[in-house]
Amino acid sequence: MELLLNQVLAGIATGAIYACMALAVVMIYQAIDHLNFAQGEMAMFSTFIAWQMLQWGVPYWGAFVLTLALSFAGGIVIERALFKPLGNAPVLTHVAGFIALFAIVNSVAGLTWDFTIKQFPSPFGSSPFLGSQLISTHQAGMIGVTLVLLLLLYFFFQFTRIGLAMRAAAAQPESARLVGVNTSWMVALGWGMAAAIGSIAGMLIAPVVFLEPNMMGGVLIYGFAAAVLGGLTSPLGAVVGGFLVGIFENLAGTYIPGVGNELKLPIALALIITVLVVKPTGLFGRSIVKRV
Amino acid sequence: MSALQEIVETPPIETTPKKYMALGTYASVVVVILLCAAPLIAKNFVIFQMTMVLIYAIAVLALNILTGGSGQFSLGQSAFYALGAYTSAILMETFGVNYALTLPVAGGICFIAGYLFGLPALRLSGIYLALATFALATAMPQLLKLHYFEAWTGGVQGLVITKPDAPFGLPLSQDMWLYYFVLVVSMLIYVASVNLLKSRSGRAMMAIRDNEIAASAMGVDVALYKTLAFGVSAGITGVAGGLGAIAVQFVAPDSYTIQLAIALFLGMVVGGVGWLPGSIVGAAFIVFVPNIAEHFSKGLSGAVFGLILVLIIFVLPHGSRQIAYTVQGWVHKLRK
Repeated sequence: MELLLNQVLAGIATGAIYACMALAVVMIYQAIDHLNFAQGEMAMFSTFIAWQMLQWGVPYWGAFVLTLALSFAGGIVIERALFKPLGNAPVLTHVAGFIALFAIVNSVAGLTWDFTIKQFPSPFGSSPFLGSQLISTHQAGMIGVTLVLLLLLYFFFQFTRIGLAMRAAAAQPESARLVGVNTSWMVALGWGMAAAIGSIAGMLIAPVVFLEPNMMGGVLIYGFAAAVLGGLTSPLGAVVGGFLVGIFENLAGTYIPGVGNELKLPIALALIITVLVVKPTGLFGRSIVKRV
Repeated sequence: MSALQEIVETPPIETTPKKYMALGTYASVVVVILLCAAPLIAKNFVIFQMTMVLIYAIAVLALNILTGGSGQFSLGQSAFYALGAYTSAILMETFGVNYALTLPVAGGICFIAGYLFGLPALRLSGIYLALATFALATAMPQLLKLHYFEAWTGGVQGLVITKPDAPFGLPLSQDMWLYYFVLVVSMLIYVASVNLLKSRSGRAMMAIRDNEIAASAMGVDVALYKTLAFGVSAGITGVAGGLGAIAVQFVAPDSYTIQLAIALFLGMVVGGVGWLPGSIVGAAFIVFVPNIAEHFSKGLSGAVFGLILVLIIFVLPHGSRQIAYTVQGWVHKLRK
């Protein structure tokens, strides 16, 4: 029983990271109807920036906030420079753009910071949480930060003018433009927010998986699995999907014999395909009816 | 608008007017003669690199059949390439099968794997298919490392393969023999692919690419041809993988990562989507450009790949095909 509880809690903790990644993926999907294959690499790059600032002696939370701001700006720059000019280009061109971004960011990070594994500090420490052996303070911190982030996003989208405009631009770009929403900048804003959310995921997972240019590969696939499970059109679904995938991953690793750590990525693959085949819209997504 | 319709904007594969065809034929004869003669003057390492160009050309061609032909796309070709490579390696090293005979087996197994993967892919179009295949490519190295198969696959260590000698006492070095062997296989596959796309099945695939709903209204079995395209593409990639294993003499899980899938995708875009002769241009590109880039700095090739991909998207959206057509137009004008 203790093992089960332990695994579920650990699953919720990693699920929080997947939820962040999934949220970032959904943000961009909402804005431009494409999946950002470079999301993981962008998060990795942000984490390296945070690491560099820590090396220069910036205190942790200072580096955290600065990284968020830089990632936000970086996301906007990428959208303006690379994806806005692509506009309504065919899907293949967009995929090529994401792949290009993936390769460039990965390579530049490797060239700048080397491919060696680096330690990344946790702001919460790794002692047991409130004296309980079930969960560490870092895991609790991961869950806490994600919940705060969700709350902030909820308020942003529900109660601010810009949040409302962004939702309008995502749902009905034409009508939104007619009532004076600058949809083009709303897309850029979505990219900036996605990059910032991704950087939070990167900084929170780095103490667990260690920092190196390929660290987000697995996390991104789980983020995709979470986004698909929750439904690519629903931010709430992305979060629920993230937690579910985290719990599922840990339980499958513990209780299904022969899965262990070795089969973690294939599990994510199986999950993605199962969801897409059984319920392509995911748990919370809405199906889109297309006129022929 | 169907998602498939948006994918490939390039003109259909056979748009060349008849009067241009003669030039295309001359060009292919010249290319074939060059390919046959080249190893006679080159050094062994260059021959090896040219062999790799041909092998990647087969893999890029396979992807081109899938994307250019049927309008589906895959970021997971590295997985099928790996499957073919391991099939050949295991058959040769564990069961002592002749290397040439392992290729049809590798192709067959990959065809089945691709067909089965294509079944769920039927419900996925455009971006979802890219996602599923992306996950497949990422997961593949882990599957190959599994300790259950370690007795055959050699686990993380991989397998070492002995290089075949030239048969019948031919006075050719191993590299040279392998080059000609690969050249023959790739030409066979090229001719077969061209004919496939010209056939009834090929036209059905292109109809699906251009408008799925219209195609099904015309009586095309959409499900059959989409999975078939996936299977054929995976099968050909498997043959390329088998040849790659024989040429490199080594298979290991980490040779077949998402980087390889990206390289093949890039090769297709550089060559021109839906233009089969472009496959060899794309393959030459993905073999030689990383070498040049690594010359300046280690690990630079990813960035160079990415930048060139961006350049192509913006400047040459149809890849080398665009250049070929422009040149063809000039020659045509000169003749007048």
